[in-house]
Amino acid sequence: MAETIIFQSLPARPAPVNTEGLVPWVKNNLFANWQSTVTTLIVGGLLLFYIPQFFNWAVLTATTVPNADACRAEGVGACWGVITEKYRLIIFGRYPFEEQWRPLVATLLMVALLVMSCTRIFWKKWLVALWIVVLAAFFILMYGSLFGWLDVFGLSKVTTDRWGGLPLTIMLATLSIVLCFPIAICVALGRRSKLPAIRTFCTIYVELIRGVPLISVLFMASFMFPLFMPAGVTIDVLIRVLVGVTLFAAAYMAEVIRGGLQAMPKGQAEAAASLGLSYWQTQFKIILPQALAMVVPGIMNNFIGLFKDTSLVYIVSLYELTGALGLALNSDADWRPFKLEGYLFIVAIYFAFCFAMSRYSLWIEKQVNKSKLR
Amino acid sequence: MSVAPRTPPAKRDWSWRSQAFRGLLYQIIAVVVIGGIAWWLATNTAENMRVRGIKSGFDFLTQPAGFDIGESLSKFDSNDPYWKAFLIGVSNTLRVAILGIILTTILGTLIGVGRFSRNGLVRGLCQAYVELFRNVPVLLQLLMWYLLFTEFLPDVTEAKRIGDIYLSKGGITFPKPIWESGHLFGVAGLIAGVIGAWFYRRWARSKFEATGKVRSMFWIPVAIVLAVGVLGWLVGGAPSQFAVPQKGEFAVEGGGALTPEFMAVLLGLVLYTAAFVAEVVRSGISSVARGQSEAAQALGLSKGQEMQQVLLPQALRVIIPPMTNQFLNLTKNSSLAVAIGYPDVVSISNTALNQTGRAVECIALIMLVYLTTSLLTSFFMNWYNAKSAIRER
Repeated sequence: MAETIIFQSLPARPAPVNTEGLVPWVKNNLFANWQSTVTTLIVGGLLLFYIPQFFNWAVLTATTVPNADACRAEGVGACWGVITEKYRLIIFGRYPFEEQWRPLVATLLMVALLVMSCTRIFWKKWLVALWIVVLAAFFILMYGSLFGWLDVFGLSKVTTDRWGGLPLTIMLATLSIVLCFPIAICVALGRRSKLPAIRTFCTIYVELIRGVPLISVLFMASFMFPLFMPAGVTIDVLIRVLVGVTLFAAAYMAEVIRGGLQAMPKGQAEAAASLGLSYWQTQFKIILPQALAMVVPGIMNNFIGLFKDTSLVYIVSLYELTGALGLALNSDADWRPFKLEGYLFIVAIYFAFCFAMSRYSLWIEKQVNKSKLR
Repeated sequence: MSVAPRTPPAKRDWSWRSQAFRGLLYQIIAVVVIGGIAWWLATNTAENMRVRGIKSGFDFLTQPAGFDIGESLSKFDSNDPYWKAFLIGVSNTLRVAILGIILTTILGTLIGVGRFSRNGLVRGLCQAYVELFRNVPVLLQLLMWYLLFTEFLPDVTEAKRIGDIYLSKGGITFPKPIWESGHLFGVAGLIAGVIGAWFYRRWARSKFEATGKVRSMFWIPVAIVLAVGVLGWLVGGAPSQFAVPQKGEFAVEGGGALTPEFMAVLLGLVLYTAAFVAEVVRSGISSVARGQSEAAQALGLSKGQEMQQVLLPQALRVIIPPMTNQFLNLTKNSSLAVAIGYPDVVSISNTALNQTGRAVECIALIMLVYLTTSLLTSFFMNWYNAKSAIRER
């Protein structure tokens, strides 16, 4: 008798292993195999050992009382009292104490302007006018007047040697990047020019500046510049340093922009030429808008680098953030031992600015590349 | 009926409106303007120097310097001439730059590769490192390390002892082998080992291509180098005398020593630049097409083999140009040593400038040194880049 085949259902297969969520993540990323497990245990152990210690020092046993004796007491961790005692000197440098609302307002205006310039809804024509107004306001607030005129606000005059701290850092970085941009565009175009003399000058400029450290340019601005000027002409050290930093930044920026120019397909320039556009029309209407959009990340990187590099002006005795900290603590025997906390404070300031800029750079990179995604 | 071809308009070789003329005009204007500015600056400088009674010229280089240098590879005292001081400055700059470049490459590559680790903790730590060290000015980092080395270590008289190594505000002191002629055999052995390892690799590669048998291309060559080196050292009589530092009354004496200035500059530069190098390595590796990594896995290569044999060699082509920039940056940033008093070329020029008032000459010397170093580094890296570029057939 033939066997009767009766339909038998197979047992259901198990549900697929969950690949999302916390547990699978931990399994895949921390304990995937024995090497990974050992690494996790060692690294995790070290972290578990040191992070609580640091937390204990920085928060639990720290003191914020602005009293050096309280900081010296047994069992006290970080002495943030040095910040609560000296923060105005660190942030505003040697600016007259009663007038420090002025750099505060000026810095806030400047930061607000920078944030606005980074926000899409403000990318309008009037932003340029706003820049001029805010820069003028910045100088009037800081100096008391605009290079001697417009002296109508009754503000006392504060010479540039009293400027310092964060306002100086922000001003140097912003102004030099804004001023270096036109120079950089000209030099980048010049380096790709067909005219040999112009190309040679631009190449020499870029290679010369990029071959030497910023500090030597600053030394030049500080020690040699006075010799360059005709007798009787003295230029404020702040302006000399600003010129130095700008010329330095321009060389690096020119290389970034040249990178963008090189990446442009030749057809763009040829199409513009066949439409009868002149050289400058071609560059400003066709090539540069596309080339600049391509190198936005590089430009942002330059800006971040420049912001960090402003700390170097401390070596030629301008008291920006780093210099102001030395000013605040070096001569004060009571607070000198707590310089580390002071350093951590300005590290936090620099980090906040640079980190924000690098995140913004990622965002803008996405915005620029949006047109390529179809 | 045929239309006679229209004759092209007569070619005008030259006109006031031609591109050639305008180009020439622009260039003449540029030369005149730049030359004029240069001439104006030069005459101003000459006039100012005359009025202020500043002497110019490099004759001061042969005069005695009159200052001491904290650390130098050769003996220097204040009677020695300026040119010797400058040379010591250059050697100090090069010492920190070369050591820094080597350490940065190692650390940066490790961290960059760590961003691709399978372990989430390692990945996170590497990213945190990059973000933290990249976003803080290098000058600030140098100053902080210097502060840590000079304020938080014990005084020289109470130097902390780890084995035969002493740590104190005066720096780090460690045992150093005493140089004997026997070491020469060791060095010769190492050189012979390197040559032997090169021949071994050639032989192993040709064998691999002929028979497909895989031989170690890394550990055996390393073993050869070490073995022949040790053999040479043994032949030389195995000299093993060490100059061990001894704690004296006021100082730790003997042995090799690193000053806190040197350590601060080196550590600050290495940690800062490594963050950038790590990013360069990371972007280089992620630029290698994904199919390469999948193909490597399909061939059954291990994760390490995949990195070493497939990803890194291809990534190298993308990595080298920005890496050159980072090396140059490190060299140029070593000029910040002036802020903490490490006697590099900038620091010594600065002292010389303050003593002699020859601003133009001293700054020109600084620039000359860095320009030469930059150009030499770029030449070397361009050569290496050409070597590792894709060989197209």
